[in-house]
Amino acid sequence: MSLPLSQMTLLRPRSLDQALRLLGEEPTLRPLAGCTDVYVALQFGQPAAGRYLDLWGLDELRGVRRGRDGRLVLGALCTWTELQRSALVRRHLPMLAAAAREVGGPQVQNRGTLGGNVANGSPAGDGLPVLAAAEATVVLGSARGQRWLAFTEFYTGYRATQRRPDELILAFEVEPLEGRQWFRKVGTRAAQAISKVVMAAVRAPRPRLALGSVGPTVLRLPKTEAALAASAPMEECQRLLQEEIAPIDDVRSTAAYRRHVCSALLDRFWSETAPPRRGKQR
Amino acid sequence: MKFTLNGRRVEVEAHPLARLLDVLREECGLTGTKEGCGEGECGACTVLLDGRPVNACLVPFAHAEGARVSTVEGLKDRRLRAAFVDEGGAQCGFCTPGMLMAAAALPKGFDEQGLKRGLAGNLCRCTGYTAIYRAVEKSRARRAPARPKVRRAAPKRPARRRSA
Repeated sequence: MSLPLSQMTLLRPRSLDQALRLLGEEPTLRPLAGCTDVYVALQFGQPAAGRYLDLWGLDELRGVRRGRDGRLVLGALCTWTELQRSALVRRHLPMLAAAAREVGGPQVQNRGTLGGNVANGSPAGDGLPVLAAAEATVVLGSARGQRWLAFTEFYTGYRATQRRPDELILAFEVEPLEGRQWFRKVGTRAAQAISKVVMAAVRAPRPRLALGSVGPTVLRLPKTEAALAASAPMEECQRLLQEEIAPIDDVRSTAAYRRHVCSALLDRFWSETAPPRRGKQR
Repeated sequence: MKFTLNGRRVEVEAHPLARLLDVLREECGLTGTKEGCGEGECGACTVLLDGRPVNACLVPFAHAEGARVSTVEGLKDRRLRAAFVDEGGAQCGFCTPGMLMAAAALPKGFDEQGLKRGLAGNLCRCTGYTAIYRAVEKSRARRAPARPKVRRAAPKRPARRRSA
């Protein structure tokens, strides 16, 4: 790959305030962090000429901590490696730790960030179903201030988000979750594969299901969730699931295979998270 | 821009958005780091950035500023290199520099799963991986003070004892 470096400029702010100011003055700046998506896009012919904003050095956006009311605050620059290792994530959001282990290989996990995964907005992004099932809140910041958005409302279409051009994703907040968390990624091989289907789910009185790679963006399945909550037969839940997903044929898989896998994953999620002692809930 | 390259402090002039891979190969003359896919899939360009494996094809040079960069040229682990040769862990050799660097970054006391996870970001189209896994395990096993588990090394030992 030969980048048109003479037509490319990198701005390297020293602080978050400076970064937000720069972006406010010039909203066409392209933010970059771990570059595991940005540099791949450039390789695939996305026009590379332009001005870039380097977020990688902004330590304010790193780290996992407990916030108000016990909520988990995940900095946008948390890498997959950090998320796997974080004791807070492993304890309170184990489905995110599971997802982090399945992204690429160690080289990508050391650089790729949760904020970048969300900002890139690929329907196959492995972190997205987790945030959707966890009903996370996205914290957006600009020179004008901060605002909080429900993650489930963040995407407005294929790779389209509610982020305004002068905003950066600062963090994700997740309130304490009841119930058992479950995550499964189905790809061509165990590592280094982009998802054919990816699912995150929570087994609680109000079950939550989120699926990636089966629609223009990450999907929650409210009808299927309601049927599970009402202890409907699995076949009925699977039928509703099939109504709620919209997979396509593409380079990674076919719509038919994705449909088959989704039904199988739903069954597996429900049986694997079944409360012990009681009989099978079918 | 200043950084530490294979233990030496260096200053290299290059565009901050140039790929670290290109800077290493073209500005620093270190062509051991290979370009396979150029999109973070194959791991052939694996180098260590502050001790952690990364794909040099996806790292802008700016992110190496002030950091420690280790390439296969600076790999001091002779046991690891020798084990790759002995066990047939290198065939065409194109993935080998990346494999070596990913292996060098494995934590101490890894188990089989840790080994496979540690090398999961590196593709090899020749060996089928088992020879590579064997090589990495062998290089680590030899370090232990106990007797080597690998039989091939055994004949040499009595000879040494006699001469001693």
